[in-house]
Amino acid sequence: MGATHLPSTEFDGTGVDDQREAQAEAVLGDPAVPMVQLLSPDGTLGTDPVFSEYAARLDAEKLRGFYADMAKIRRFDVEATALQRQGQLALWVPLTGQEAAQIGSGRASQPQDYIFPTYREHGVALTRNVDLAELLRQFRGVSNGGWNPKETNFHLYTLVLAAQTPHAVGYAMGIQRDQKRAAAQAAAAGSAAGTQDPKAAVMVYFGDGASSEGDVHESMVFASSYNAPVVFFCQNNHWAISVPTTVQTRIPLSHRAKGYGFPGIRVDGNDVIAVHAVTEWALERAREGKSPVLIEAFTYRVGAHTTADDPTKYRGSEEEERWRAKDPLERLEKYLRAEGLADDAFFDQVKADGDELAAYVRKTTHDLETPDIRTAFANTYAQAHPLVAEELAWFEEYSAGFADEAEPADTEAAN
Amino acid sequence: MTTMTIAKAINEGLRASLAGNPRTLLMGEDIGPLGGVYRVTDGLIGEFGADRVVDTPLAESGIIGTAIGLALSGYLPVCEIQFDGFVFPGFNQITTQLAKMHSRSNGNLTVPVVIRIPYGGGIGSIEHHSESPEALFAHTAGLRIITPSNPHDAYWMIQQAIDCLDPVIVFEPKRRYWLKGEVDTTSPGQSADPFQAHVLRSGTDATVVAYGPLVPVALAAASAAAEDGHSVEVIDLRSISPIDFDTVTDSVRKTGRLIVAHEAPTFGGIGGEIAARVSERAFHSLEAPVMRVGGFHMPYPVAKVEEDYLPDIDRILEALERALAY
Repeated sequence: MGATHLPSTEFDGTGVDDQREAQAEAVLGDPAVPMVQLLSPDGTLGTDPVFSEYAARLDAEKLRGFYADMAKIRRFDVEATALQRQGQLALWVPLTGQEAAQIGSGRASQPQDYIFPTYREHGVALTRNVDLAELLRQFRGVSNGGWNPKETNFHLYTLVLAAQTPHAVGYAMGIQRDQKRAAAQAAAAGSAAGTQDPKAAVMVYFGDGASSEGDVHESMVFASSYNAPVVFFCQNNHWAISVPTTVQTRIPLSHRAKGYGFPGIRVDGNDVIAVHAVTEWALERAREGKSPVLIEAFTYRVGAHTTADDPTKYRGSEEEERWRAKDPLERLEKYLRAEGLADDAFFDQVKADGDELAAYVRKTTHDLETPDIRTAFANTYAQAHPLVAEELAWFEEYSAGFADEAEPADTEAAN
Repeated sequence: MTTMTIAKAINEGLRASLAGNPRTLLMGEDIGPLGGVYRVTDGLIGEFGADRVVDTPLAESGIIGTAIGLALSGYLPVCEIQFDGFVFPGFNQITTQLAKMHSRSNGNLTVPVVIRIPYGGGIGSIEHHSESPEALFAHTAGLRIITPSNPHDAYWMIQQAIDCLDPVIVFEPKRRYWLKGEVDTTSPGQSADPFQAHVLRSGTDATVVAYGPLVPVALAAASAAAEDGHSVEVIDLRSISPIDFDTVTDSVRKTGRLIVAHEAPTFGGIGGEIAARVSERAFHSLEAPVMRVGGFHMPYPVAKVEEDYLPDIDRILEALERALAY
């Protein structure tokens, strides 16, 4: 059996290779996969029996904010790619093409929610108010993290694929227990059941490639077993480096949720309004303790997996062009202009803000200081550890041996 | 002082931790109504409920991974892995995630997860039920590894592991689960530091270092050696990571000879690390090369021949003879 089971663009029927569609039909029986889409590529806002209600919550300011965020993160992506090419970053993981999936979902989260990203969620980080320059610390090689997750409830990037998915479920199980204990304490105190605090949920990101990892399966089993308040957000960007989604799965990824006993929804990942609506629905559902949800954002990684690979080796430019026609920024711009919600001045300002951000990131990256290896000694364990202490003492003595050599060189330089 | 088995001592230690901190919880397969395959968690679900004694799906990576998430959200999870050879599906979570979370967060996050693993052979079981993989974890920075050899230590060390801010793996010597001994539940006494080795028997001619299941074997070997006129000091290592090299080195400076005994394969094992460190620290005190007594370089053999595999009194005495011959 060949690996080409699913057409890459089955959601709108345009540009689908007939042969691939036929293959998909033969394998799947039903290639027509329902997908939530509200804003079409030509910028027309459609309706949905469930999610239009959520879209209606979005006022002009929020919609402009979505556009500004997407433009900002795309500009950031371009800048980071350039920094890598200039040798300032060891590696970069571009997100271009996935802005709607990330901004739409991230903006649907609440401050009390906790987010576990994989390593491409720069747009989600923006929505969580992470300083984007801090995101670059890991790629600059000055930290294996770079920000304090407790400040934004946005966890560190995880490079081992899918390893963060059970962490998310465990965190959700913790939230679940916190809420139960708070309710019990409130009941014991004679006050109304529950807590004043807003209910929280967890959202975890992973890709179509990572969906093949065992940890995704195990985390979904756990989430289902304990009804954990967690939303699994799969960005199906169609390529696991050079291997297409069709090798990862023979059914739409969203369909897998049914096997675990909770809802799975495929959403047009290039439609920021639909992504926001679906995610808001899913997070509300999780916070209320109704069930976990799997969201498959059907999107496309327009660029390379990382700056280390070359997409021309494994996919055709026609495919990329088909997806560029579904660009998330362009379709929202069309809508905003058509509805009179934004004008040239707005788009000019967005561009200026992007350039300002890029300049900030460029300068901050250059200024990032190389850490002292003593911080690694200090952070290996939370409590004192004799082996670390012994090796640090040796290192200090060894380093001190070079002090005399360094001095004359400095003196010479000063002279 | 009360007398109890190691299994009961761990049970009581877990009970004390569960009662003492509402954020402590246990998770693992079959640990609920069954009480674990070795009944170490017997009765705890009835006292603390299913939210705190969590019968999990059969998925080791899921158990460890969700424990990490629970720890990040402020809980103190204690995971039970049913048998040593079943920890490997969770190896990725332990070595790439659990061990490194504190470091990669620049110290901002702690993950105080405890992993209990019944380990070692001598119970006549089938494959994957008798292994000693401690060295595989000891090689990973960020983890702490302890192994009790008696009920008093078992009672206190599990509680100390739960109180520790770092991830701790507790390797429990399963063939000693039914070993009885006195437990002082009012005070840990000299067991207050779980990462400190204990000198169990004083001697002047040689030192035998052992841990977990081989501690009673080492003590018996020392008694047998005494009948032949040799005075052997016995050290219970207790902590495999970190290793209390000071106690070991001090002993070697006195006796001049060292034998390290463990069930795990000799090659690449903890014994080699101890031998190397002692040779660096106390080379001029050594009267003989450090001898290692351990398992062979083979998968743990079938139960019918495991007696030929496991280090016993005679294997330790043979190593002692070689050391004394120098």
